[in-house]
Amino acid sequence: MSEVKKYPAPVTNPETAAFWDAAKEGKFMIKRCTACGEAHYFPRSICPFCYSDKTVWEEASGEGTIYTYSLMRKSPTGPYAIGYVTLKEGPSVQTNFVDCHLTTLKIGQKVKVVFKPTDGAPLPFFTTI
Amino acid sequence: MTIKGKSYIAGIYEHPTRHAPDKSTAQLHAEVAKGAIEDAGLTKDDIDGYFFSGDAPGGAWPMVDYLGLKVRHVDGTDTGGCSYIIHLGHAAEAIATGKCSIALITLAGKPRTGPAQVRAPGAEADFETAYGATTHNAYGMCAMRHMHDYGTTSEQLAWIKVAASHHAQYNPHAMLKDVVTVEDVVNSPMISDPLHRLDCCVVTDGGGALIVTTPEIAKSLKKPQVRLIGHGEAMKGPRGGKDLDLTYSAGVWSGPRAFEEAGITPKDIKYASIYDSFTITVLMQLEDLGFCKKGEGGKFVADGNLISGVGKLPFNTDGGGLCSNHPVNRGGMTKIIEAVRQLRGEAHPKVQVKNCDLAIAHGTGGLLGVRHAASTAILERV
Repeated sequence: MSEVKKYPAPVTNPETAAFWDAAKEGKFMIKRCTACGEAHYFPRSICPFCYSDKTVWEEASGEGTIYTYSLMRKSPTGPYAIGYVTLKEGPSVQTNFVDCHLTTLKIGQKVKVVFKPTDGAPLPFFTTI
Repeated sequence: MTIKGKSYIAGIYEHPTRHAPDKSTAQLHAEVAKGAIEDAGLTKDDIDGYFFSGDAPGGAWPMVDYLGLKVRHVDGTDTGGCSYIIHLGHAAEAIATGKCSIALITLAGKPRTGPAQVRAPGAEADFETAYGATTHNAYGMCAMRHMHDYGTTSEQLAWIKVAASHHAQYNPHAMLKDVVTVEDVVNSPMISDPLHRLDCCVVTDGGGALIVTTPEIAKSLKKPQVRLIGHGEAMKGPRGGKDLDLTYSAGVWSGPRAFEEAGITPKDIKYASIYDSFTITVLMQLEDLGFCKKGEGGKFVADGNLISGVGKLPFNTDGGGLCSNHPVNRGGMTKIIEAVRQLRGEAHPKVQVKNCDLAIAHGTGGLLGVRHAASTAILERV
């Protein structure tokens, strides 16, 4: 059932369009502030930490570890696991875990990004390594 | 500047319904408004301030008009389930500064029998909506990490439901009146790991309302006097994903602000209304408010410590959202109402706390595992 799950296409906007353009090429982007050096996610034009407008796009490794998760046992589209991944670059991102055993997920487990198609730009998900 | 002692809760009303297929949402608002106004011994025309949240159909213009009010102060702050605790503080500010003298706060809705409410998308929508965060899995994520970091167990969480059920058996309006055991909770079906079905609150139609007024007006009325002596509010979110920590809530900020303003500590509290959308919500709030150390909530709630007449901190003596009522999936209103009942001595005799002179009503709104608000009110019997 989850194999055919249809995900909503991102609406996108001028502030985040570059993220979705990169996603079409399989690249997972984060934003980094050149004033304070901090990376953040989801991407903003103004740094949420120091309010500098000197934020730049950076391709992330796409690798991280599971901070936490919860397996929803039932839904109209079947079970799914939501969670947060702490990226190697620092920020934690909300996601779903896909293409792996959902009942054996563990906090601290290593994961990597995978993209799933929509009717628009593809969406980032994470799977266990 | 402080709001300490400058406003009194003069009227309370909790709608007895839990299932209202034959009523409109606006009608429920009017019924709870009427109930609270009559409880205070006032009339509709005395109201000069109105506070409401996202559950009020159409917002300020339609509701004020529908309710037939003529107000000089209006506030539609929407922070989800804790909106009404925030309203209590905002009403106190408005009363202390003379912007209004008799404020009405209403909550009502029909999640069981009406259409689902849709929230306008925020800046995060493209980066989160597809992942299907719901109340169950958002709070599940908090519980999962709390267990990982502090060794909290499902059995400890279950004690929170057990305590709520002990209280609910005495509430004729409670949706779930059966006393449950720890085994009942941990053996109920897993909904979203690690939360079981009985770790979750009920979904109910209904509502509630409050009347908040000046000390002078409250003293001219017949009800026992209950005043607000401390208030706090705060917000928390993933904030760009930096240093994510889902084991604490914005209550770590709203709580100390309220206690400081009141000039008391958690040890002074005789009764606690703690928002209980899930068992984990209660456990985290108790830690965040300082009733125990962070990570020791599991030990604190175990063995009936939250049961009135049994444990050290009687909580949610109406049965709370876990067993009695969670109107419109927004539990803040009923938290205040039961705290006022306790302070007035109007709680059910089986759960009434003796000499109850200081109570706390605390809630969160939004999703604890994503982004949320918290608000804390300290109430005193005069």
